Amino acid sequence: MGSRIEILNEAGFRSDGRRQHELRDLNIDLSRHGEADGSALISHGLTQVLVSVHGPREAKMRSHTFHDRANINVEVTVASFSTGERRKRLRGDKRILEFAATIKATFEPVIRTSLYPRSQIDIYIQVLQQDGGTLQTCINGTTLALINAGIPMTDFVCAISGGVHSTSPMLDLTTLEENDIPHVTVAVMPKAKKVVLVTMETRLHVDRFEEILNLARDAGSILHREMKEAVLNRSISLVSTAGPAQLREKGEDDMNVDY
Amino acid sequence: MISFTSFPTQPEDAYRTVRRYNDDEDDAMMDLDDENGPSSSKLTCPGETLTSSHDYMRGHGTYVDNDEVIASVTGTIERVNRLVTVRPVNSRYNPEIGDLVVGRIAEVQPRRWKVDANSRQDAILMLSSVNLPGGVQRRKLESDELQMRTFFEEGDLLVAEVQAFFADGAMSLHTRSLKYGKLRNGQLVIVPPVLVRRLKSHFLTLPCNVDIILALNGYIWVSKHIKQIEQEGELGFDAEAVYSNQNDRIDSSTRSAIARVANIIQILASHFIPLTDTLLLEAYEWTMEQDSDVKTLLQEDYGDALVAAVVSKE
Repeated sequence: MGSRIEILNEAGFRSDGRRQHELRDLNIDLSRHGEADGSALISHGLTQVLVSVHGPREAKMRSHTFHDRANINVEVTVASFSTGERRKRLRGDKRILEFAATIKATFEPVIRTSLYPRSQIDIYIQVLQQDGGTLQTCINGTTLALINAGIPMTDFVCAISGGVHSTSPMLDLTTLEENDIPHVTVAVMPKAKKVVLVTMETRLHVDRFEEILNLARDAGSILHREMKEAVLNRSISLVSTAGPAQLREKGEDDMNVDY
Repeated sequence: MISFTSFPTQPEDAYRTVRRYNDDEDDAMMDLDDENGPSSSKLTCPGETLTSSHDYMRGHGTYVDNDEVIASVTGTIERVNRLVTVRPVNSRYNPEIGDLVVGRIAEVQPRRWKVDANSRQDAILMLSSVNLPGGVQRRKLESDELQMRTFFEEGDLLVAEVQAFFADGAMSLHTRSLKYGKLRNGQLVIVPPVLVRRLKSHFLTLPCNVDIILALNGYIWVSKHIKQIEQEGELGFDAEAVYSNQNDRIDSSTRSAIARVANIIQILASHFIPLTDTLLLEAYEWTMEQDSDVKTLLQEDYGDALVAAVVSKE
């Protein structure tokens, strides 16, 4: 593939100065956004996504209710200014619909939907900036927004993209790298050590696949720690203000037992 | 050439900090047996193993997998004897019988109204569980079914009590008391439901001529004070007033008091501080001492000062 940009130079650095296995800067903001029950603003390097979760709430359409579980509704909007070239994407774009369906399929087995029969959980994803790894950022952001909304999940879902340049595997690809080398996005549940999503749009040599998959799973557990830390920090700050009353309630209960 | 970057400005030393992780992850089961009282409340995340399912029973916010009790929400771990639960930091309203809720009519259906009450499903208000004009004992006629919109219409706000649950978990409301019914003369403020704790009374009256209904679903109604005598009325209560859509005349001082209280509630909620009657009263008095305009409350630094002043008093 004729590209002017060197994907990996002789010293082992990539075009943005990272090493092969180095991840980009991860920024997470879990503060409330408007009416949403939970939201997360997450950025992997220059890729930035805002996810808002509404629900569980009454389903808007009766055909979308299930008597034994909640319906998950994922809507993705891509800002026209998110890519290098300005481009307007319509809501009915087939690629975006497929993208949303991928995210829905990823989270359906992880969210404990059976606890909320006849309800609907709406996940609204807004892609603000794109520089490779849009799917991984959307999945990680959705995990955080769902946790922030207090929706029961069996585990975190941590996604990461990986690729191969000739024989050397790389993690967390930028747009430049995604355009040039075969790549795969892997989502893992770190606690159960299960893989919930593997998706490829390019062809990858079968001999290289296992190596990348294992690498992506390790990277998933690193992301898990970062995400967990963000969630716990947010929770600690919330509990510390709401805490005294909570503790007092409990203290009174204890007293009743003593007397 | 001009180059644009969208990196946030960060301190120099934040650049290229390498994190080291030790491999012995905190996989060990949490020690639930320490009896240090309330101070031992710990936070947990989805997927964290809490304890073994042989020794403990799983409660809300947990699930069992591979003989382990695992958390499914972020929150504080609570233990009652052998029962382990995780109380979420933030979640939708979870109804219980007897709770006071404020809701908005979403739909009118045959013999029932659907009410949005910030829960996981719309609540249901049956025609048989409202008081109709003409006395408590009046029978519901077919003509009442046909004119349901004269009592409650889509978009109307009402205060009610949770009466029962249906088989699918939806709640059934009732307004069979003079305290309950259609809301008017005020303003709705929405806060996270966890910030409203159970109190002795959820109907508060502030000395500034303002009534507050602290509903447990996080919908808070701030309105003009109605005198007790007018509220109770006589035996055959005033049907016109109960289902009226017309606001009373509200003078400007009451209007600004309502706006001030609504702003205070919003500030406290944005700082995630639980709302109580004493706290709201203190906050109101503090803003009056400062002799400030209602709209200055919306400035961020003023809100922070309010929170600091009120919380330190506690």
